[in-house]
Amino acid sequence: MIAETGLAALWLAAGLAAYQVFLMVLALRSSVEVARPMRGVAVAQGMLTLIAFAMLLLVFARSDMSVSLVFANSNSAKPFIYKVAGAWGNHEGSMLMWVTILAIAGAFVAFFSRRTGERTLAAALGSQAILALGFYAFLLFASNPFARLFPAPPDGQGLNPLLQDPGLAFHPPTLYLGYVGLSVAFSFAVGALLTGEVDARLARAMRPWVLGAWILLTLGITAGSYWAYYELGWGGYWFWDPVENASLMPWLAATALLHSINVLAARGALKAWTMMLAVIAFSMSMVGTFLVRSGILTSVHAFAIDPERGTFLLALLAIYVGAAFILFAWRGASLKEGAPFELVSRESGLVVNNLLLSVILGIVFLGTLYPLFVEALTAEKLSVGAPYFNAVAGPLALVLALLVGIGPLLSWRRERRPVLRQLKVPALVCVGALVITVIVAPGIGILPRAGFTVAGFLLAASALPLANRNPFRAPLATWGMVVAHFGIAVALAGMAANAAFSSERLAIAQLGEALSVGPWQVELVSVTPTAGKNWTAIEGELRASRGSGPITLTPETLYYSAAPTETIRRAGNILHADVDVQAGNPLQLLTNHRGLELTLPGQPDVLPVTAAAVSRPSVRTRFGHPVRRCFEHLDGVRAPVAPAGLGDLSQHSFSG
Amino acid sequence: MKPKNQRLVLVAAALVALVAAALLAMIGLRNQASFFYTPADIAAGKASDGKAARLGGMVEKGSVRREADGVTIHFVLTDGKAQTPVTFRGIVPDLFREGSGAVAEGRMQSGTFVADQILAKHDERYMPPELGNLAAEHKAGKTLEK
Repeated sequence: MIAETGLAALWLAAGLAAYQVFLMVLALRSSVEVARPMRGVAVAQGMLTLIAFAMLLLVFARSDMSVSLVFANSNSAKPFIYKVAGAWGNHEGSMLMWVTILAIAGAFVAFFSRRTGERTLAAALGSQAILALGFYAFLLFASNPFARLFPAPPDGQGLNPLLQDPGLAFHPPTLYLGYVGLSVAFSFAVGALLTGEVDARLARAMRPWVLGAWILLTLGITAGSYWAYYELGWGGYWFWDPVENASLMPWLAATALLHSINVLAARGALKAWTMMLAVIAFSMSMVGTFLVRSGILTSVHAFAIDPERGTFLLALLAIYVGAAFILFAWRGASLKEGAPFELVSRESGLVVNNLLLSVILGIVFLGTLYPLFVEALTAEKLSVGAPYFNAVAGPLALVLALLVGIGPLLSWRRERRPVLRQLKVPALVCVGALVITVIVAPGIGILPRAGFTVAGFLLAASALPLANRNPFRAPLATWGMVVAHFGIAVALAGMAANAAFSSERLAIAQLGEALSVGPWQVELVSVTPTAGKNWTAIEGELRASRGSGPITLTPETLYYSAAPTETIRRAGNILHADVDVQAGNPLQLLTNHRGLELTLPGQPDVLPVTAAAVSRPSVRTRFGHPVRRCFEHLDGVRAPVAPAGLGDLSQHSFSG
Repeated sequence: MKPKNQRLVLVAAALVALVAAALLAMIGLRNQASFFYTPADIAAGKASDGKAARLGGMVEKGSVRREADGVTIHFVLTDGKAQTPVTFRGIVPDLFREGSGAVAEGRMQSGTFVADQILAKHDERYMPPELGNLAAEHKAGKTLEK
């Protein structure tokens, strides 16, 4: 009954969304007062989706294998938290989560928003309902999460082990909250374009949503990045993978929107531009969802390819984005121009920020979709990777980071204070950073060196807005800005360090043998088998030292018993090391070596390490079993149900 | 600045930004995009030496050989029509094995494909899209042989 309750709630919610659209049309065509019933309907719709989502969590928590989604993505032996997180670790569940967040966001707008005019609010809620309707249709007609299996199988196929990670519990939900927060900005923009009430009040109503969405996107990207960093084989913290780009594009647009909306709120300027950005930001969220869900691009993230769903999502994307752009073209030109400003002013600074962000967004967008265009036109297959993005977007990002230090010092309308004089200290820090990198690391590339230099400048410059006044009486917003800009400097320094100082060494090591990697001495201390509830693992222990006390690393290789997937390897520490059990390698490459081999390749040097491996016959026999079982599983067991629709894993699972 | 001029300037700036993005992207893509080849493409001389590329195929049975250092491997990728030798230094994915599909990322160097990274079919449910057709063709070929 639980699944049926969920499905019924979903149908009811879809009905209410349709009613909400009807009310919007009523509000726009006549002066009928609909805002109050509309608020009620929106809140009810949010509650219903919440019920549907709760039912999905419940069937996953209870491991109800008669629900085909649970069967395909869960297993009764899984730890409880991953049973629950498994609910959104798959296509249907994650789409339900998406629409739940969308409807709840609508409910919050209905409940709390008092800032805009009633007609604009009604139009915005209607727009939110139209968005939700598309996704309800998608769920109900093309990806029903509550479909039953008869007869119910005894146990499930298990979640892809790569997803059995705390990363899954947090990374997708935060990103989704961010994506959907942008849907509210989109709906407000559509509503305001329909009623023509694009003004500072609208900007103030939108701003908390944009800020919230931006924070969540930032957190989601950071969480995913960290996950990819300690999960070996995912290409490190950032890989320019299409699915990573899918989260970066909305972030870039949201960052631009967050800045331009302040101009609209404070000065009533950049009206059309801000509305445009609100439309683009959510469009990018939809593009991202499409790229992730359709599996159309080769990616380290894995998805089963399902053309039908891809087409459905593409149609939704085309309808929503197309309609919004047409609306913008129709109403955008009639917007009254806002307050004027001089060439050198904070407004201009924010325009430059927006333009640079837009150019970077365009570059990422074109690079991500280029393989699709080319394949459609010429049938040639190609891929675009890090070299393109680093070379083309990297320098622009550095210019932007440099300007981030200067922009906040400008005043509104017209510059009156001598800005350059304030920048003495940052300029000194900047030159200092450059000189230090030249002395300490003469051999590093241009981009990392420029990164250090700009980071030095920004570290000092970002604090300036607080330096000229009593910092404790500064508004919280100023603090927020300073912290965010300081964060850019820290991130930039980290990226530059990672690019400049990483060193890697591949070697085969004996137990007790020490290898040197850069300035580090790394000793392979032990290799031990461990086991969890539904996995076995081999854990290596390495001791890395550089003069002072040693750091212990415990990389591990895990084998999951109930899932037909490859083993996974974790770095076990921010310092990277890898355990590779060649004995389990089906290629039988190592017959000339005795026994088990561990290869421990390392990564950075800033956050350093290494490579090693062992030969110890006794270990092999102990590990032979789980390894073999894992591969038997792979070869022998096939999903009893056609895996096409069941196979897509919401987030990561391709290990490069 | 008058409001009207201001709007013109802003629109012009936005257009310039758009064009700049497109130009930068096009120049970058021309230099940096890496094409996907099959061993047959390589045999036909489509890939030029030293340019980033991807090579996809099946790992030929009996071709995998490991050097004495334990971390450098050599193998042959085949698509049934041609073979390309591949060299890779590093850890291969766990599901990399003979007779299975793999994609190598790297570049051609005097007749050998030098890979920086190997992607393998990573579970029963998923394959890199480029390999999808290849696997189907391969299977068809096998059935015919039988």
